Amino acid sequence: MIQTPPPEMGHPLADTVARFAWLLPVLPLLGFALNGFLSLKHAAHAGPADPTAASEHAHGAHGHAAHGHDDHGHDDHHAARHPAAQLVSLIGPGVLLLSFGLAVAIFGAMRAAHIEDPYILTLFQWMPTGDLSIDVAFQLDQLSMVMVLIITGIGSLIHLFSVGYMQDDPGYPRYFAYLNLFVFFMLLLVLGSSYPLMFVGWEGVGLCSYLLIGFWFSEKANADAGKKAFIVNRIGDFGMLVAMFLMFANFGTLSFTGLEGALGDVEVGALVPTAIALFLFLGATGKSAQIPLYVWLPDAMAGPTPVSALIHAATMVTAGVYLIARSGLLFALAPTAQLTVALVGALTAVFAATIGLKQWDIKKVLAYSTVSQLGYMFVGVGVGAYTAGVFHLMTHAFFKALLFLGSGSVIYAMHQAYHATHKHEDAQDMRNMGGLKAHMPVTFYLMWIATLAIAGIPFFSGFFSKDEILASVFARTHGSTLADGALLGVPGSVVLYVVYALGLAAALMTAIYMTRMMLYTFHGPNRTGDAERPHLKEAPWIMTGPLVVLGVLSLAGGWFNIPPILGFLGADGVLHHWLEPVTGAAELMVTHGEAAHLSHSTEYVLIGTAIAIAVAGIAFAFAKLKPEALKPAKESPAEQGLAKTLYNKWYVDEGYDKAIVQPTVAVSRTVLWKGIDVGLIDGLLVNGSAVFTKALAWAGAQLHTGRVGTYAWIFVLGAVMVLGAFTFF
Amino acid sequence: MNNEFFPLFFSFHFYLFAVIALLSAILFVTRKSPVAAALWLVNVMFCLAALYVMLDAQLIGAIQVLVYAGAIMVVFLFVVMLLNLGKPEDVSDIRGQLPRVTAGFVGAALLAEVMVLARAKWNAQLTLPVASGETMRNEPGGIIAPIAEVLLKDQLLAFELASILLLVAIVGAVTLGRKRS
Amino acid sequence: MLAESLALSAALFAIGVIGVLTRRNAIILFMCVELMLNAVNLSLVALSKVYGASGEVFVLFVITVAAAEAAVGLAIVISIFRHRQSVHLDDINLLKG
Repeated sequence: MIQTPPPEMGHPLADTVARFAWLLPVLPLLGFALNGFLSLKHAAHAGPADPTAASEHAHGAHGHAAHGHDDHGHDDHHAARHPAAQLVSLIGPGVLLLSFGLAVAIFGAMRAAHIEDPYILTLFQWMPTGDLSIDVAFQLDQLSMVMVLIITGIGSLIHLFSVGYMQDDPGYPRYFAYLNLFVFFMLLLVLGSSYPLMFVGWEGVGLCSYLLIGFWFSEKANADAGKKAFIVNRIGDFGMLVAMFLMFANFGTLSFTGLEGALGDVEVGALVPTAIALFLFLGATGKSAQIPLYVWLPDAMAGPTPVSALIHAATMVTAGVYLIARSGLLFALAPTAQLTVALVGALTAVFAATIGLKQWDIKKVLAYSTVSQLGYMFVGVGVGAYTAGVFHLMTHAFFKALLFLGSGSVIYAMHQAYHATHKHEDAQDMRNMGGLKAHMPVTFYLMWIATLAIAGIPFFSGFFSKDEILASVFARTHGSTLADGALLGVPGSVVLYVVYALGLAAALMTAIYMTRMMLYTFHGPNRTGDAERPHLKEAPWIMTGPLVVLGVLSLAGGWFNIPPILGFLGADGVLHHWLEPVTGAAELMVTHGEAAHLSHSTEYVLIGTAIAIAVAGIAFAFAKLKPEALKPAKESPAEQGLAKTLYNKWYVDEGYDKAIVQPTVAVSRTVLWKGIDVGLIDGLLVNGSAVFTKALAWAGAQLHTGRVGTYAWIFVLGAVMVLGAFTFF
Repeated sequence: MNNEFFPLFFSFHFYLFAVIALLSAILFVTRKSPVAAALWLVNVMFCLAALYVMLDAQLIGAIQVLVYAGAIMVVFLFVVMLLNLGKPEDVSDIRGQLPRVTAGFVGAALLAEVMVLARAKWNAQLTLPVASGETMRNEPGGIIAPIAEVLLKDQLLAFELASILLLVAIVGAVTLGRKRS
Repeated sequence: MLAESLALSAALFAIGVIGVLTRRNAIILFMCVELMLNAVNLSLVALSKVYGASGEVFVLFVITVAAAEAAVGLAIVISIFRHRQSVHLDDINLLKG
């Protein structure tokens, strides 16, 4: 089925290592198959809280037969390591590292070849149906290579981290199987050359997200979180499907290259591209957790921390950003949709940041931070600065993965401590932490690097990417299709100013809550407890190693796209030049044909403002927040007033429940179940047809009187009727 | 007595026997006593025999009297006697008012349909041929010859089978009527 | 005479049908059936004058069959009477249902 295709006519990459690009997703798929097989083979040990697993190991002096779980579903006993653990530890990260190596090789070939057009590697024909013919084909161009490198690179680091983090979990092979499957689908998503193939990946990562969030499914809360993620995603997927239908109906093609050709003679601001763009954005809000479909991401923290790092920070949630960047030309033709994207992104950034200010669970803080930063990315791609959005995607992947993995190390240490003393406290609540810098110095310094990056302190990676987004917004307030357009009657430039202001507000709050997190976790006195304190120590090197690599990237990652104004630091706009063949045309269309530029003075002011805000936020947090005043979680007073509202996430989940979930359930129960299912289908159709048949049978049985006289009557009547037919017809 | 020699005589007797047959049939159907009904049926058969003779089927007429009226109806009367059904019962066996009226309509409908069909699908100009019993008598074989020729030449198989049928009927009747002790 | 004979035959047949529909005594029912057969015989004889002797031959066979049928049928009626002490049609309903 998969054969090396003949070289695409004349494409420079045709006879390089790029021919083997199909191996990129196939290797993780192979990993999934092998790990899955190993998991099934040792099925007695699969899954948490398995009674056979519990009985099989010597539990030493611990007397409890039914081991409890803390709130986050972690087994709190030392199980014997899974028998296949060594093999899985080799296969799981191994296929990822191989994939990453191949990706680097292809990247090198692509750099050397300086390609202008994408390289399409067709594998086989998938749906040859009349007018529409969809092939399974991979599109290798600069944008997809960037995504592939991020996915396989950070993915490999997280796999290595997981080897340490999940080492005692009875579901070890199952975990790596799912993780490999996720990478497979994610690679399909970014490598697909047409919307349907991307949609396959889209759905697949949703599935794997569900599987991994609910990894410890024996706790109902975890299973519920997985379901919530999947269902909310599905709502967004509906938008994407409608967009694909519209695309096919209007343009007759669903492949990226085909669509770009068909969009050639569509005018800016037309209804069709606006509609398609808005529906695509609806899909993106589901996958990338924007308003209104962000509610699943905080709940998704129920899954293992490396999962949160990979899926909910670095890769899956960026699929929406990638989608918009890939559909750049389409969005450039729809300024109204672009303004919508930017505005929703900015609102989400601010909204999530406000919630992050008052969360106590360390992972929840990071979850809302992710939602907020995704908002930034959408602002970037929304205003047509696709490079800026992708750049922030990249740097965010670095520092957010670092933050999540770092928090994973912290949680791991807290866990070990509580296990040693048999406490069942919440290992993720910051009120139980404090002063960990003495116990976990490496993690401490690395997480500060990430915090400074996310806050936007100069020369860390986040500074460059955030600044570029905000500058792009400001630059397009004049002389762009966005400024000429309008959103619901409001002029485009006004919207963009509002977006800029919201962006600054979100930046301030980001600095505050991230510093708050660091203060409460690492600074101040330790609140864990005297018995636990001796057990708090740094995580093993298999876990800290990837953190170091990510730390370096968070520090140096900004050098990938230095703005020209700061060109004295090094080569400027490396990423911009790299992505130009893919996104350049769309970017220029937004800015009326010439590259967006601001005067030097304006740009210095903007940079200065951003730095000032970041510093102010950190200073404010240091000044006003007193880690010494905190008490451990179970002794802390309940929240009040505005703090309570923020802690309860502005009661959005409750609102959705009342407005949507409960009416749906009520309608389902009364109308669909009692009315239609029981009444109509069971009663009328099933029982009714039985009753009807019985009635017919009864009617027929009345003819069987057994009396000759009756039969004679019927006989004669029949004869008369037949003769009548002859007479009259 | 042929219709070409004494047409009026012929017609009068034809209608006479026809009316008697009809009235007897109606009386037969409406009697409560089985014996009375049987006897009216015998009357119908006699009239029909007369009609057969007038229609130049003298053999059939004779056989009708001998077999039908003379044997079959006698068997019926024997059975009535055997089962002691002679007296009119206290509960009449005729159905009620409504069934009778409905039956009347059904019968009328049947009659009407047959008449309509007969008129519509029939060649109305069928006439009886000239050859009469008088001329046939003088042929070799007489008036029996046409019947015998058909019966014993063309329909020989049916003839033989009819005799077997009668044998089977006898055996069957005896078997079924036997008293089981 | 042909038309009148056929008309009489049809009328006798209809009377026979009415009889079958109205009477509930098995033997009288039987006799009504005999009446119907006779009506048909009349029509056959009348038409045999037009179409030749095969009509009369057919009448012979009808009479033969009627005889056989009467014999066997009455034997059955006697059998039933022996079991049920009645020839009333409403009482003979073992086939009910």
